[in-house]
Amino acid sequence: MSILVLAEHDNKKLSSSTLKTINAASQINSNVDLLIAGFECQTVAEQASKITGIKQVLLANNEAYQHQLAENVTPLIISLADKYQYFIATASTTGKNIMPRVAAKLDVTQISEIIGIESEDTFYRPIYAGNAIAKVKSLDSQKVLTVRATVFDAATLTGNAEIVPITTSFNSDKVKQVNEQLTVSARPELSSAPVVISGGRGMQNGENFKLLENIADKVGGAIGASRAAVDAGFVANDLQVGQTGKIVAPDLYIAVGISGAIQHLAGMKESKVIVAINKDPDAPIFQVADYGLVADLFDVLPEIADKL
Amino acid sequence: MKILVPIKRVIDYNVKIKVKTDNSDVDLNNVKMAINPFCEIAVEEAIRLKEAGHASEVIVVSIGNKASQEQLRSALALGADRAIQIETERQLDSLNIAKLLNEVVKEEQPSLIILGKQAIDSDNNQTGQMLAALADLPQATFASKLVIENEQAIVTREIDGGLQTLALNLPAVVTTDLRLNEPRYAKLPDIMKAKRKPLVIKNAEDFAIDLSPRVELLAVQTPAQRTAGIIVDDVDMLIDKLKNEAKVIA
Repeated sequence: MSILVLAEHDNKKLSSSTLKTINAASQINSNVDLLIAGFECQTVAEQASKITGIKQVLLANNEAYQHQLAENVTPLIISLADKYQYFIATASTTGKNIMPRVAAKLDVTQISEIIGIESEDTFYRPIYAGNAIAKVKSLDSQKVLTVRATVFDAATLTGNAEIVPITTSFNSDKVKQVNEQLTVSARPELSSAPVVISGGRGMQNGENFKLLENIADKVGGAIGASRAAVDAGFVANDLQVGQTGKIVAPDLYIAVGISGAIQHLAGMKESKVIVAINKDPDAPIFQVADYGLVADLFDVLPEIADKL
Repeated sequence: MKILVPIKRVIDYNVKIKVKTDNSDVDLNNVKMAINPFCEIAVEEAIRLKEAGHASEVIVVSIGNKASQEQLRSALALGADRAIQIETERQLDSLNIAKLLNEVVKEEQPSLIILGKQAIDSDNNQTGQMLAALADLPQATFASKLVIENEQAIVTREIDGGLQTLALNLPAVVTTDLRLNEPRYAKLPDIMKAKRKPLVIKNAEDFAIDLSPRVELLAVQTPAQRTAGIIVDDVDMLIDKLKNEAKVIA
């Protein structure tokens, strides 16, 4: 029984979420290989080879995989499929895009976004935006899983796995990437930052997010936002925390000017400590907050930044 | 160009769900049902493409029992031209849904298939990708912008790091994200007119597809609830608590 994990990376750096996904995979079985599909991504393979518990790093370094298009990565995984019983990826936009396609090609279904492992075929996963947890048993012989990485600890870096080049190339002529606009930020990645400070509609405009940034920079935090703030155009969509945005579980989550809609709570309620700052004492966010501060955010944010 | 839009009947997104006391599933009795919000965005996008002259016909399809006709009629009222219901009493897995949809794709030969990225009940986020795999079509998931030009779909996708734009040869599969559009409301005359639009019923068992389940639902539980903590008096008390009680900042 072997497991193939698909690595999450940007051709330069291995995402820390992959370490968590590998730890989840190791709870099923200890025969874990990691596949890196990318282009000019040798450094990613070198980082990956140090992960504890990996047998092999399979490196498919080819221009066809530069943007990790599902149409090209799927046949690559299928070409390796005979050797594996499990195919696992982080439930990121990349993993969610590719893995169901792999599952259909294998004629199996996918168990999406697992948050717990009961046994080799039984898993826990959130449904209804996390308002219920389903315990499901996969009846397929080969299993395709995506993992909510935030709920698992990261694998350590004490290994020395062999890097094995994979030279097969699959390049669909039906699709190509024409543009990519990636947000450049010096702050930690939202989904793995130890501290996240998020703004909602109460921030009033995008300029005011500077108030959050001042605090984030003092504590090494990332900036997030509610759907209301993203829909209103205050900040970019990739900052959205919630059911349809990113799921985060930092040590400290600070919700500022966020009322606490169910769909937002679904994205952050697993955080270790939650702080809510809102001038409305009846805002539902206070019902999940460990520490609530009923105050005008424009008064207290500069004060917090000063005193940290 | 024909556009096919598969839609799902789900619990209305405003309803607070309850887990059954025997933990067998979520209680669906006497609960308001609606078109899955992401599917509604898919219907709206298809209708806009028709209004812009890119599409000649919008076909909606739903797989489920007779009650799903209600959602098909809603989609017809919004502007879809005709509907197909694939009748089944089973709770089908995504793979089996994708296989049935692929049969519709083979028969209807649409140039574009637009689906919601996920249903808000099972939260699987997989049917569109599976259909694309089975039909061997290119896919653009989590779309926030869709433009048809020169026999291609130019789709902007919401990805973790920002935005990605893909050019897909048609036919293609697109799944919708929240910011693709804001769906319209149906007008009363259109709701009346929708009753006379064609709705064809097919039986899921008539397709030569093995629909046996791939996943067994063993239990559904209510997640651990967080309890409210304390209200602090001021910033000093907040910082003190975070440093000395929660110990999450240095």
